[in-house]
Amino acid sequence: MADASNPPPNPLPGNPGEDGRDGQFQKGDVIIRCTDIFKSYDGRPILKGVSIDVRKGETLVVMGGSGHGKSTLLRLMIGAELPDSGTIELFGQDITKLKEEDTYAIKRRFGVLFQSGALYNSMTVGENISLPLREHTDLDENIIDIIVKLKLELVGLRDFEHLVPAQLSGGMKKRVGLARAIALDPEIIFYDEPGAGLDPVMLAVIDELITGLGEKLGVASIVVTHEMHSAFRIADRMVLMHGGHILAEGTPDEIKKSDDPVLQQFIQGKAEGPIPLRLSSRDFAEDLLGG
Amino acid sequence: MTDRLAALGRSGLELYRFVLFAFGLFGGFLYWLLVAPWKGFKVRYSEVARQAVRIGVNAVPIVFLVNFFVGVTLAITVADILRIFGPIEYTGAVMGVGFWRELSPLLTGIVMAGYAGASLAAEIGTMKVGEELMALEASALNPVRFLCVPRLLAVMIMVPVLTLFGNLFGIYGGYLICTGLLDISPQLFYDRMLDPLKVKDIWVGGLKSVIFGCIVGLVGLGQGLQVRGGAEGVGRATTNAVVYSIILIIVADCILTVALYF
Repeated sequence: MADASNPPPNPLPGNPGEDGRDGQFQKGDVIIRCTDIFKSYDGRPILKGVSIDVRKGETLVVMGGSGHGKSTLLRLMIGAELPDSGTIELFGQDITKLKEEDTYAIKRRFGVLFQSGALYNSMTVGENISLPLREHTDLDENIIDIIVKLKLELVGLRDFEHLVPAQLSGGMKKRVGLARAIALDPEIIFYDEPGAGLDPVMLAVIDELITGLGEKLGVASIVVTHEMHSAFRIADRMVLMHGGHILAEGTPDEIKKSDDPVLQQFIQGKAEGPIPLRLSSRDFAEDLLGG
Repeated sequence: MTDRLAALGRSGLELYRFVLFAFGLFGGFLYWLLVAPWKGFKVRYSEVARQAVRIGVNAVPIVFLVNFFVGVTLAITVADILRIFGPIEYTGAVMGVGFWRELSPLLTGIVMAGYAGASLAAEIGTMKVGEELMALEASALNPVRFLCVPRLLAVMIMVPVLTLFGNLFGIYGGYLICTGLLDISPQLFYDRMLDPLKVKDIWVGGLKSVIFGCIVGLVGLGQGLQVRGGAEGVGRATTNAVVYSIILIIVADCILTVALYF
């Protein structure tokens, strides 16, 4: 957080210029602000007025059952989709109001690790990681090669740059995806289920990487995950999404100590509790009849 | 009967909506090709060359086979009809005008609908299903600029080139029949082939091939971009790409022929 002897930090400081890098953000400043986000698909509401802030350097874990809106929220934050209403400010700029080309400067400042890795299958591992560097920088090829090796080393895949994604396991693809996400040294990294498909040791390595990026480089991480052990290990703050709303928000300790039955059922992974596992017979009948 | 009419109507509406989408995609293509480079977004010409080889060069054998054998068949059929009236040496005239103006653009366009259109739809569709397109967008890389512009440009260049080869292959098929089986001398075949051929026939054939290439590319890419669901969606898009391309090529061919010769 900002030094108390200084004036309080502007929640969304700076007005980023055309290169999107002019806005100076200190650790603890809000760099993502979602306000009253609504989103529905085919008339079915997924997000119902979600508001959330993310600060520079913190790791925010977003939890929630399937279909409760956490992946939708992530897609909205990265600008892959637009909300029906509400604003999403990244680095002080509302990306819902920007033209596509104007979002590029912002997008270069964040990286995304997709659930499947989303590697470009026609490219080698090295080409996957070097693509953002080739497209968005004027770096020499030799420098790019060195950066690729460094990023691969970080995710434990030394000498893998000549393989193609088809030759990798699911966990390896995810690690290459992470290496690609951090290729441009982003200020924010979005993780969609980073632990899925990884063995416990590699999951611990990735967790350390996430916390290290936050502590040492001030990278903000937004992690959508179901892995409770991992979530409590990495989170500075956690939110639970339920029914299109944020049901609970707090530090890992606050979340653990909460007496909210929904939250406790979720984090303890209990089959019995207030979270409905099945539709009621009435809902089921309505679904069958297309109601 | 009513159900069939309704299904036909739905298919027509689906095709109409897709054509509108394809026009939008073409607008995006023109923007990223002509306007965006002035704003610093480069066209990936090295990728255009790579795609031209993948899409075009590899299709030469199938373009040869189709045009050559249609040339052989057409020469025999035309000669059979002309024999009734006497002057079978005019078979060469039909071959020349027929291939330059009509057959080679049409045959090559249809072959490329199956070869390149299906391949583009499957490739882009698989990328969409695998979140690769979203990954590109998240990396500040527009998929139309990054993927569609090089591929569409490559198809629009290679279909006319392949059509030119198709002319030669088709006419060569007819030439072999005329000189080998019908006792027409090579010189007479050549002279009769050129007699009715006008410059307009050549540029009309070229124009058609560019438009057909554009249709193949836009339909293939458009179907790929619109994929929903998993492998089944990719399969459906691939089939639609071929069917829509062939329908649109034939309709465009008809419209162009009527507009330019009547």
